[in-house]
Amino acid sequence: MGTSDAVLAERTGDRFGGFGGRYVPETLVPALDALDAEFDAAMADPTFRAELDFMLREYVGRPTALSTAPRFSALIGAPVWLKREDLNHTGAHKINNTVGQAMLARRMGKRRIIAETGAGQHGVATATICARFGLECVVYMGEEDMRRQALNVFRMKLMGATVVPVTAGTRTLKDATSEAIRDWVTNVNDSHYIIGSVVGPAPYPRMVRDFQRVISREARAQMLERTGRLPKTVVACVGGGSNAMGAFADFVQDTEVELVGVEAAGEGLGTDRHSASLSRGTPGVLHGALSYLLQDESGQVHPAHSISAGLDYPGVGPEHAYLKDSGRAEYVSVTDEEALEGVSVLSRLEGIIPALETAHAVAWIVREKGRWASDEPVLLCVSGRGDKDVTTMAEHLLPTV
Amino acid sequence: MTPITSAPSAIDARFAALRDSGKRALVAYITAGHPDPAGSVALMRGLQEAGVDILEVGVPFSDPLADGPVIQHSSQVAIAQGVNLVRTLELITEAALDIPVVLFSYLNPVMAGGDAILTRAREAGVSGILVTDMPVGSDPVREAWFGASGLDFVRLVAPTTPTERMAEIGRHGGGFVYLISRLGVTGERDSLAADLPETVARLRSATTLPICIGFGISTPEQARAAAALGDGVVVGSALVRAADESVDKAIALARSLRDAMDA
Repeated sequence: MGTSDAVLAERTGDRFGGFGGRYVPETLVPALDALDAEFDAAMADPTFRAELDFMLREYVGRPTALSTAPRFSALIGAPVWLKREDLNHTGAHKINNTVGQAMLARRMGKRRIIAETGAGQHGVATATICARFGLECVVYMGEEDMRRQALNVFRMKLMGATVVPVTAGTRTLKDATSEAIRDWVTNVNDSHYIIGSVVGPAPYPRMVRDFQRVISREARAQMLERTGRLPKTVVACVGGGSNAMGAFADFVQDTEVELVGVEAAGEGLGTDRHSASLSRGTPGVLHGALSYLLQDESGQVHPAHSISAGLDYPGVGPEHAYLKDSGRAEYVSVTDEEALEGVSVLSRLEGIIPALETAHAVAWIVREKGRWASDEPVLLCVSGRGDKDVTTMAEHLLPTV
Repeated sequence: MTPITSAPSAIDARFAALRDSGKRALVAYITAGHPDPAGSVALMRGLQEAGVDILEVGVPFSDPLADGPVIQHSSQVAIAQGVNLVRTLELITEAALDIPVVLFSYLNPVMAGGDAILTRAREAGVSGILVTDMPVGSDPVREAWFGASGLDFVRLVAPTTPTERMAEIGRHGGGFVYLISRLGVTGERDSLAADLPETVARLRSATTLPICIGFGISTPEQARAAAALGDGVVVGSALVRAADESVDKAIALARSLRDAMDA
């Protein structure tokens, strides 16, 4: 455990400042208590840690590279370093968390796994580890997202998962999450619910953060080794916020490092079609946690929008709400159009096609060109690769390539 | 958290009267504004007439994660007609019922209602409040707010709840305890859960509050069987589904439930 544990400690437990908590049906309380205790026991167990490290190394392919981005850096006028979560098995950071949680489920004797998915990356990462461990896997996915991400639906099925279409509400991640929770309430005794982001009731936000924390643990050491200093700024996209929490966690103690989370402004913050919960939301309770939420004045949750299915969520992890209110992190937003430009820039200049989610973070750096001196490194978390998004990208970008 | 103690409420008085007459409580759930605002007022009055003892009025919420398809649908129908918490209270006032009303809500709409909302609820004629996603100990500050509102704070107990926690729930609740009869979300089922008698016995040993059993109870036979175990039964989805067809059909179902329980 690193020195940042002391700093993170005030934010562990049920709450991050006033945010987080456990707003769930009574039926789930004992399961959350058990999960909380099991997680702490597992993380304190050298055998569990060793197996987790082994799985991350041998199966996921960690540590992921920290890549220079010479042509992109020349454009920005500052050295940009890429933390390559796109190089993980399954092509995104999501698997860091699913490996850890699937190991926990096995430890608890639960052989059936439930997951929700938006873009499909978390669903794929869950189906993947379930295949590896021989666990039953049921993934809830909004019907609209299944259409947008047909390839990922096939991947999950290929690996033996059952993909259940969700037709309620907006037919996207929000409703898939509600449906997954309903399954868990019904099958809580033999099933474990693997939430894909730093959202949901305690202990999920801190547990998912700690499984994703490997991103910043590696990146911090790699930056020091390669550049002899810490980055001036760490940049990551934020939907629920798991890659960002993973990328921020080990830098929170380094107060000279700026932490910037980039939300999806969709068609613009002035419209009602965006997913910028931190920039435009108000505190509210969704899916078991108190955090910033897009909602109307009577507390109905407002549908989110983003070109990227993975950011299309009206809530956000409670720890991000805390980091925002405490001023430790800054949250900005980028439109669909800017994100598409971000895709083009990184593809053309570096030969890396980023996921649409990641492209939001790329686009913010492009917009902020001139913010950094030529010796101030910027660390960009490349949360995932863009293969899953090529259909959407082609619809918008084909005329320009 | 301070344990809740207060003068006997309308709900307490109703259970005392039921005990005197040797009857069990029929608690009915409806979603405010379903099938439409005027229809839900007619339904509230008709259910009272049919012999319902306590009415739970659901506040429509966009993301009802403890509810099955029937109540989810009713919430969407009500929201589409502009029904929110404030409108729900207006409908309750309009119905002007003699039986106690329990507001049944997710936390978010109540939070959005602001500090004065519980006072407004009382003024509207509400006697109790049940918050589906606020288990005991989850938020002491807001739980104290509910506890001090003058409304009976009706709490839920699940089959998974350990007995010591049942006692804790009883200490921090009022009116009655709503026992969730089985794992899962709201909705009709073919039979009662096998472990229900054992769960009722554990709960009985943990609290003196009346016990009302709900989730999955839809037929007169199930209502009679559940009533024999507890102090009352809660019927929700079956009534809401009947109300999808007509208000009269839901009222007729309530009457048959009452008859079966009193037989």
